[in-house]
Amino acid sequence: MRRTIALFVPFAIAALVALSPATAQAQDFKLTIKDHKFTPEELKVPANTRVIITVVNEDATAEEFESNILKVEKVIPGKSSGTVRIGPLKPGRYPFVGEFHEATAKGVVIAE
Amino acid sequence: MLGALIIVFREVLEAGLIVGIVMAATRGVEGRGRWISIGIGAGVLGAAIVAAFAGAISQAFEGSGQELFNAGILAIAVVMLMWHNAWMARHGREIAAEMRNVGTAVSEGAKPLTALAVVIGVAVLREGSEVVLFLYGILASGTSGVSIALGGLLGIVAGAAFTALTYFGLLAIPQRYIFSVTSWLIALLAAGMAASSVQFLNNAGFAEVLGNTVWDTSWILSEGSILGKLMHTLIGYTERPTELQLTVYIGTLFAMGLLMRIARYRPRQRLAV
Repeated sequence: MRRTIALFVPFAIAALVALSPATAQAQDFKLTIKDHKFTPEELKVPANTRVIITVVNEDATAEEFESNILKVEKVIPGKSSGTVRIGPLKPGRYPFVGEFHEATAKGVVIAE
Repeated sequence: MLGALIIVFREVLEAGLIVGIVMAATRGVEGRGRWISIGIGAGVLGAAIVAAFAGAISQAFEGSGQELFNAGILAIAVVMLMWHNAWMARHGREIAAEMRNVGTAVSEGAKPLTALAVVIGVAVLREGSEVVLFLYGILASGTSGVSIALGGLLGIVAGAAFTALTYFGLLAIPQRYIFSVTSWLIALLAAGMAASSVQFLNNAGFAEVLGNTVWDTSWILSEGSILGKLMHTLIGYTERPTELQLTVYIGTLFAMGLLMRIARYRPRQRLAV
């Protein structure tokens, strides 16, 4: 029984930590999808902080904002918008794609 | 057409793998065909509904509705997989014995079957809603819709073929190992789902802790590749796991192992007088 309790302690701590509020204040940015292309294709964001990107899809077709390096996978329905939260990022280049139109929908987040 | 085929196939792959594993894990349990069909059917229906309300879901909770939805249904799937493994730890031996002896199935099997039907439903719903959105968008835009829709359909067929491949591949495993193999597969599947779930929470603006990347193996196996995607579903492979994801992954495996040990334990029964 003691072992059982001992095993659960780390989970309880993890849960408490997870519930505590985030420290850094997030900053807002905007990306637009039109004709299966992102504007801007290079989005500069501050490093080492949470960043909120509003992705506005002006096309009639849905798009999936995807980036393994940013750990984001989000469908943005046609004529709609979605919120993507990323970071804190170390300075560097973080490519992303629109998975449904990968040939044209490409971009990169530059953290600096 | 080929582009649509590949996109849809990639989306269907994950659900296909899960359905294949669940089918192998429930081999010999009575009524599994019905429950698996219910799971797939409900998943497809759910996918269409989710796709129809995609805009509303996306906008909910300050634009984080989709992430919270994904995190929630993944969490449900993890709980169901735990239940299944605990149940199998308790009854698996009986099922194996009965299969060897007379080939009759076990009536008690209905319980984890509902759980696994939920897991299948969730997997189909998650990937399916993306397929529906993708295909709907193409059809809505009109031009050359037919060939792309055909490509999409072929993608779904290819995904189903992959499910069959997974299933028959697992069936090739000798009978006495199959329960332990599928139990392990399901434990790893659940751990990977839990790690994904917590990442969705993070994307939604919750659980913003332990965010540092532990390692980067993208140079060995990219998560974007087909193999990377398969490993992501199968064992929860992540090219850059965060500390939080790793903690949750290991925690889920521990919890699963503990539950199975508890389920396996049976106090000695007294002899009836």
